[in-house]
Amino acid sequence: MSNMNLLQAINNALDIAMDKDSKVLCFGEDVGHFGGVFRATSHLQEKYGKSRCFNTPLTEQGIIGFANGLASGGHKPIAEIQFADYIFPAFDQIVNEAAKFRYRSGNEFNVGGLTIRSPYGGGIHGGLYHSQSPEAYFTGTPGLKVVIPRNPYQAKGLLLASIRDDNPTIFFEPKRLYRASTGEVPEEDYELPLGKADIMQEGTDITVLGWGAQMEVLEKAVAMAAEDGISCELIDLRTLMPWDVETVSQSVQKTGRLLISHEAPLSGGFAGEIAATIQETCFLYLESPIARVTGLDTPFPLAHDKEYMPDHLKNYEAIKRSVSF
Amino acid sequence: MATSKQSAKQSEAPVVHNPVFIDGSDLTTPTLKILRQDGSIYEGAELPDIDKELALKIYDTFQFIRALDERMIAAQRQGRISFYMTQIGEEAADIGSTAALAHDDMIMAQYREQGALAFRGFPLDQFMHQLFSNEKDLGKGRQMPIHYGSSELNYMTISSPLGTQLPQAVGYAYGYKLEEKDNCVICYFGEGAASEGDFHAAINMAGVFKVPAIFFCRNNGYAISTPSSEQFAGDGIAPRAVAYGLKAIRVDGNDVLAVLKATQEARKLAVEHNQPVLIEAMTYRLGAHSTSDDPSGYRSKKEEEKWREKDPVLRFKHWLIQQGWWSEEQDAEVADAKRKAVMAAMKEAEKVPAPHIDDLITDVYDTPPKHLQDQLDALKAHIRKYPDAYPKTAGRIDHE
Ligand SMILES: Cc1ncc(C[n+]2csc(CCOP(=O)(O)OP(=O)(O)O)c2C)c(N)n1
Ligand SMILES: [Mg+2]
Repeated sequence: MSNMNLLQAINNALDIAMDKDSKVLCFGEDVGHFGGVFRATSHLQEKYGKSRCFNTPLTEQGIIGFANGLASGGHKPIAEIQFADYIFPAFDQIVNEAAKFRYRSGNEFNVGGLTIRSPYGGGIHGGLYHSQSPEAYFTGTPGLKVVIPRNPYQAKGLLLASIRDDNPTIFFEPKRLYRASTGEVPEEDYELPLGKADIMQEGTDITVLGWGAQMEVLEKAVAMAAEDGISCELIDLRTLMPWDVETVSQSVQKTGRLLISHEAPLSGGFAGEIAATIQETCFLYLESPIARVTGLDTPFPLAHDKEYMPDHLKNYEAIKRSVSF
Repeated sequence: MATSKQSAKQSEAPVVHNPVFIDGSDLTTPTLKILRQDGSIYEGAELPDIDKELALKIYDTFQFIRALDERMIAAQRQGRISFYMTQIGEEAADIGSTAALAHDDMIMAQYREQGALAFRGFPLDQFMHQLFSNEKDLGKGRQMPIHYGSSELNYMTISSPLGTQLPQAVGYAYGYKLEEKDNCVICYFGEGAASEGDFHAAINMAGVFKVPAIFFCRNNGYAISTPSSEQFAGDGIAPRAVAYGLKAIRVDGNDVLAVLKATQEARKLAVEHNQPVLIEAMTYRLGAHSTSDDPSGYRSKKEEEKWREKDPVLRFKHWLIQQGWWSEEQDAEVADAKRKAVMAAMKEAEKVPAPHIDDLITDVYDTPPKHLQDQLDALKAHIRKYPDAYPKTAGRIDHE
C-alpha cells in the first residue's frame, strides 16, 4: 500500500497497463513530454518511449478517429481528452464510430481496446467550459461503457478494468479531486468490476446514490442526516453504463426511498434514467417520490458556481424532505 | 435539378506521363519584414499607411496591454482573480492587424488578443469587471477571466472551445457579402487551434464562398506545452490556405509595421474583391500559456531569451523615437501612468459585487421558461435558509 492522490493513482494504473501490455498506448494534447496539463501521464514517455506515449496535434476529432483506427487494428489506445468540455469535436467519432463499430460489422471489426480518459466536473472556478459533466450524452449511446471513479483506490482499479475491458469505455475523472482526494492504494495490479455499484454505507431509511466527485458531497449530506437520526444507504454507482440495476433496486426495496445526485443539469441527466427504471422495479416499495438533486438547467456559471452546485446542504434538505414526505 | 449551369472543377495544370510527386519545396512562403530591431527600416521596404496619430495610438495600446498583463498576472498570484492569460511578446500581431481595420469590421478572436479589444477602445474598467466576474461585467460574470466581448465594439465574445470561431467568421463574412457592406471579418487563432477540424472546414468554405474574411494566425511556437514542431509537419499554416483557394502571406509577427502593411493589403483584397486571405504572423509566446502553466517543464530559458531580444514593443519604440514622435522621458511617464490607472481600476472593480442571483437563469433562452424560474425560486428559498453558505448572493437575494 502507498498513499496516493487521484492523479498518482491514475498515473500508476497507466504505468501498469503499459508495462504489462505492449499494445497499450497513451496519447492526447500535451500528454507526451509534459505529462498532460494535469500530469496524469507524467514520466510515461520517459519510460515507454515516444512511440507509445506522445503529444497529438490539437484535434479531438483526430485523436479519437486515430484511436478508433488503432483499436480496430488490435491495439489498446488510451486517448486523453484534455477537458470533458472539449470532447464534443470528437462526438461523431465516439457516437457514430466507436460505439457502433462492432454492431455494424457483425463483429468483423471492433474497437473494444479503446479507452477515453477525460477530466470532468465543476468546483475549480472553470466556468462554462472547464466544468461540464457530459456523461449523459454517452450513457444514451448503446455500445459505450461509462465509468467514473470517486477516489484513488477506485480510480486505479476501475481504470485498469476499463483499459482491459473489450468495449470502448469512457472514463471520466473528477478533476476537482485530482489532488484533493488521497488514500491508500495497493501498489500491485488489481481491477475493480465494471457494472457493479459499491455500497459505501448501509442504512435503512433512504438510498442515496451518486458517482464521482459527488460521493464526497453525499458523504457530508448523509453525515448531517445521521445527526437527525436518519439512516442513509450510500451507493456509488461507479459504472453508469451498463449500470447495476440490481444493487440499487435491492437497496430501494429495503429503504423505500431514493435520492440521486449529479452535477449535470436536471433535464436529460442520468438521474432521470435511473428514476424511470427504479419506479418500475420498486413501484410498490416506494414511500416517497424519487428525488433528484442536480445542477440547474443552465450552462455551468462562474460567479454563481456555488449556487449552481448540488452541494451537501441541498442534498441534506432533499433527504429530509424525502423522509418526511 | 440545377437551374444554372454547373460543372465539376477541372485542373489547368500540365499533364505528365511519368509520376511526379509534388511536395512543400515547390511552394516557398517568404516572410515580410519591414522594421529592424534597432528601429531602422529594411532597405526597399514599403511602409504601411501610417501617420503619427495612428503610430502613437498603436504604441499607447502596447503600453496599456503591458501594464494590464503584468499587473493581472500578479493579481492572480495574490489570489485576487482566479485565472489570467498574457499576450506578452505578441502585441504587434493582434494590435498591428486590428489597426488596419475599419472600426466596424467584426473581430472574432481566440483569447490572447486583448490588445485588439483595447485598440478598439474597450474601457479599462470593463476589462476589470470581466476579470473580476462582477455585476458590471458585460458577460454577467459567467465566463472565466479574459473571455471579453463587446457588440458595441464589434468584438465577438470569446469562447474557450478552440477553433469554433473560424467557420463562424466565414458565415459572418458571408452576411457582409449579402448585404454588400464594405466590411470584412478578422478571425484570430493560434497555430495549435489550426489543427482542429473547424479550421479546415472554415478556410475551405471561405474559398468556396469567396467571403471578405482575414484569417489571422498567431504562430507563437507553442500550444500549451506542445511545440509547433509536434503540431504540424508542413511549412507552418500559410501554405494550407493556398490549397483551399485563399491568398496567404507570412509576416514577422514582432514587426508591427509588417503586420500593419500585410493586413492593410489583405483588407483591400477581402473587401474590394471578396478574396479571403490568411496571414501567418511568426511570433513567440513569451509568457506561460496561462497562470495555470509553468513553461520551465517544456522549453528552455535560452529559447525564451532569444525571443525576448525581438521584443515587438521595444522595436516599435525605437522607430517612434527615430521618427521624432516619442522620447524615453514620455515613455517612462506614460508607462507609469498606465500602471497607476490599472491599479486604481483593479481596486475599484474588486469592490463591485457579484451579479445578482436572478442572472443565473437569464440569457439561457431569450426569456426564462417556467421550469427555470421554478428552479431559481427553489434555489432562492434554499439560500434564504442557509445564507452563510452562499455569501456572494445571500445578502441581496430579495432586492436588486
Ligand atoms: C477544443 C479545445 N481543445 C482543447 C482546449 C484546451 N486548450 C486551451 S488553449 C490550448 C492551446 C492552444 O494553442 P494555440 O492555438 O497555439 O494558441 P496559443 O495559446 O498559443 O495562443 C489548448 C489545448 C480548448 N480550449 N478547446
Ligand atoms: Mg500557439
